[in-house]
Amino acid sequence: MSRAALLLTGLLAVALVFPWLAGGYALSVGTLILYFAYTSQSWNVMMGFAGQLSLGHALYVGIGAYAAGALFYHFGIGPWAGLPLAVALAALAGVVIACLAFRFGVSGVYFALLTIAFAEFTRIGFDHVSWTGGPGGMFLKVEQRDSIDLVHLRGPPALYYYVMLALTAGALALCSRLLGSRAGYYWRAIRENEEAAQALGINVFRWKVLAMAISAGMTAISGVFFAFYNNSLFPEQVFNTGRSIEIVLGSVIGGVGTLFGPIFGAAVFTLLSEGATEALRAVGWEIPGSKGVVYGVVLLLVIVFLPQGIWPPLARRLGIR
Amino acid sequence: MARSQGIDRRSFTTALAAGVATSLLPLRSARAQPAKLKVGVILPRSGTLGLTGQSCQKGADLAPGVIKELLGVDLELMNADFESNVDTARTRAERLIQDGAHVLVGPFDSGAAAAIAQVAEQRGVPLIINIAAAPQITEQGYRFVFRNFQTATEIVKNGLDLVGELFQATHTAPTTAVYMHVNDTFGQAMTKGITAILPQRTQLGFKILDDIGYDPAAKDLTVEVSRAKATKADFLLLVSRLNDAVLLRREMVKQRWNPMGIVSPGSPGMYEEQYFKSLGKLSEYSISNVPWYNPQAKLTKLVEKAFLKQNPNDKLVFHGLNVGFTFEAILVAADAFKRARSTDPKALAEAIRQTNITDKMTLGGPIKFNAKGQVEGIGSACVQNLNQLPTVVLPSAAATAKPVFPTPGYKKT
Amino acid sequence: MSFDLVANVAISGILTGLVYGLMALGLSVIFGVVRVVNFAHGQMMSVAMYAAALLFARFELDPFLAVAPVAVAFFVLGYALQAGLINRFITRPEHSQFLLLVAVGLILVNGLLMAFGPDARSVQVDYQLESFEFGDILIDKARAYAAGLAIVTALLLGGFFRFTWTGVAIRACADNYFAARVVGLHVRRLYALTFGLGAVCVAVAGCALTLLVDVTPSLGPHYTLLAFVIVIVGGLGSMIGALLGGVLIGVSEAVGGLLISPSAKSMLSFGLLIVVLLLRPQGLFGRRS
Repeated sequence: MSRAALLLTGLLAVALVFPWLAGGYALSVGTLILYFAYTSQSWNVMMGFAGQLSLGHALYVGIGAYAAGALFYHFGIGPWAGLPLAVALAALAGVVIACLAFRFGVSGVYFALLTIAFAEFTRIGFDHVSWTGGPGGMFLKVEQRDSIDLVHLRGPPALYYYVMLALTAGALALCSRLLGSRAGYYWRAIRENEEAAQALGINVFRWKVLAMAISAGMTAISGVFFAFYNNSLFPEQVFNTGRSIEIVLGSVIGGVGTLFGPIFGAAVFTLLSEGATEALRAVGWEIPGSKGVVYGVVLLLVIVFLPQGIWPPLARRLGIR
Repeated sequence: MARSQGIDRRSFTTALAAGVATSLLPLRSARAQPAKLKVGVILPRSGTLGLTGQSCQKGADLAPGVIKELLGVDLELMNADFESNVDTARTRAERLIQDGAHVLVGPFDSGAAAAIAQVAEQRGVPLIINIAAAPQITEQGYRFVFRNFQTATEIVKNGLDLVGELFQATHTAPTTAVYMHVNDTFGQAMTKGITAILPQRTQLGFKILDDIGYDPAAKDLTVEVSRAKATKADFLLLVSRLNDAVLLRREMVKQRWNPMGIVSPGSPGMYEEQYFKSLGKLSEYSISNVPWYNPQAKLTKLVEKAFLKQNPNDKLVFHGLNVGFTFEAILVAADAFKRARSTDPKALAEAIRQTNITDKMTLGGPIKFNAKGQVEGIGSACVQNLNQLPTVVLPSAAATAKPVFPTPGYKKT
Repeated sequence: MSFDLVANVAISGILTGLVYGLMALGLSVIFGVVRVVNFAHGQMMSVAMYAAALLFARFELDPFLAVAPVAVAFFVLGYALQAGLINRFITRPEHSQFLLLVAVGLILVNGLLMAFGPDARSVQVDYQLESFEFGDILIDKARAYAAGLAIVTALLLGGFFRFTWTGVAIRACADNYFAARVVGLHVRRLYALTFGLGAVCVAVAGCALTLLVDVTPSLGPHYTLLAFVIVIVGGLGSMIGALLGGVLIGVSEAVGGLLISPSAKSMLSFGLLIVVLLLRPQGLFGRRS
């Protein structure tokens, strides 16, 4: 067994027993970490593997959330049936954006800003769609919550935790497969040098669009989860640029392009945020805004001093790869 | 900030690490102190809602003192800031419950209320909503969620009724209005209410010439005001937030648009301190028909005294609605605690359901929750800005001045 | 729809657009030379707005006079930020730069909240609510002055880049980083200088805007997005593009607000941005690199 496999097994074991050890608060933080780990892993397919910077991934979270949410709200169709639709719609949106952008040669910063523009455009658009409640929000019916109802994704907090854990593990497995596949090699070739990849006969356009489709589709699943975890959706909340930034944070802090980076990064920045709140409370310094400042400063230091993210140097120290 | 000087970097780092560590330990606090009720107050004290969140906090801060005097009950407040972010609202709520909060109070925001409501429901800890108007929150089927605030529909009903009373009291009969509203969660809920209710209120006798929704983040309302002015409507019916209300009022002056008046059928903005500070004498005569407190009530005097003690440079009237409803939410918790003689959340929830508080600060009937956990019959007041202060002008039982409408200087165009 | 309604709205759109254009000009200049997108741009401007509001509250200093001290301070701060922090990042990948500036923005927003609380700050000067009157056309005085200031600032900056040795050197850096180093230019210092100049644009725009908008701590991100839209439409790195982009966005939002629901008018801007990026990624006035 390699060290990586050992570490993975250990992490998974800890993650599996965590709900039994943790209180409600830790469980909610754990769920949040897994949520960010999953979305960041999905984003990483786009940026880390294929080298395309998207800063508007909240768009796919929102599409997924609203697709599954609206099906449930209007027709009583549960999340599992809504899931394929959510994934398909988000992937389609991803493909359309990618096709437009890459066909017209939009890349780099321009591509990043284009993704923000699409997300914002959609946010304001949803503010004017009364079928989904507009800015007034869409509230999903909440039923008895004591029993576990997997079909409608209703149950105690631990249920959501395990669903998110399964998704995160699934995303990790998928990404690991992708990296080892032909697509993975092509993507990395494109990431390192697009022109050289083109010269080698790789259909750069097609592989980039594929990366976007997979990334968007994966992200949409977290949107479905978001809808049924929160049971209320507001365009201002789900499509917010701040959401897109949160998705990016995990990977950048953890290590862009690595498999474990997004997971570690998500854990680090969520714990950092909670830790800053607790620490400030412990020292009795609870001026509104102080937490944001502390959080921002630590974030800044991490970026300045760990340009590769946390995971690569950590992996070296642990002797993994 | 003087206190900060004692914190050096090392001790801060230690605290940070300790914070992370302790926050994740499974501390299920023992609920073994029935002498004291622990109230988790969760408000947005930073982020986009920071201003109102901090205003509500003032109502929470004065509650333990006043309630001790009133009911002889000991309260311990546990404050949490959810940074105007729903995810944080959720984890903060979990944290409060884990730290032993027997009841949650907050959060001045419908989105956060919906998120916290789930935590409260799952953990079986009562949540008493101070302010949040989305009607759906008490329609989602929760058993531990209570709200002592009007839903958007009720706000509109009361607000429009007061518009009628205003016309009667001032012997005016405007025939046209232009409706402007902020297009956010609250504005949307209000607009829905108005579209549904206004056609039934034929006795009001005015019709809406144009419905102009604007972006909550708008920093420039020139177009919106130009469009409204072009309708030549008799008065402006406005559902706003704070910053846009200020922007809009200024723009009206710049464009020299002087309708009979600005009347809000129930929104924040024009009665708030910032509106007076930013606009000076331009703030005069604006009218807000909002859930309000009774300035004549006995409890109000008590709260006002405590408020001035804690905020010597402030006036209660500028925080009245926020302080009033936040205080009352905590009062509901304390009253239930006193009757239940227990901090057990289930017993508390049961006791809250039996609440019947008649001696209250806000207007309207007694605080009584219906089967859905909603208080009905909360009253509104017609609050007009007179002499640089929000002043109750209607209903006459609570009024301290007479309404002025149309605005002096109004000339029919 | 009457003519004077459209004219009033369009003129106001042009004037506001010029002020936004000045703000975006800062972003454009920085990107054009340093090749870093300043994701903390709007947040920096809200700091300038606070500075102007405080100078007014303390010394009754008119925001148009506050421009001088605030601009000087911002030049120094911008210089220091580039020299001390961002220069380390010019060879880093874009997502790394992005997060750095996001962190800076976060610190600014929350720092303002800590320092000044959540209340809005404003200035009150006597011409603020007055308008020039031409028949049925009313032109808001503060807005007109602010637009004038924006044009003057842009002209001065343009002159600097065209006629001074340092300005020309900066442009040389922008055109070819390596060649500039080869001929012995101190590139990093020029970068810092550029960021300082970008910050000056932000400072001037911020002072002018305090006459039109009250400042709150959370105002920044909104303007960051707005600045992006403007510079992309006008052309990242193009000075004239930023100003005209501002005007274009200002007018399209204004006139759009008449035709469709005003709450949807920002959709027009983002829609315009998408169309421009797809059809002319270098922007309407940008050069293809």
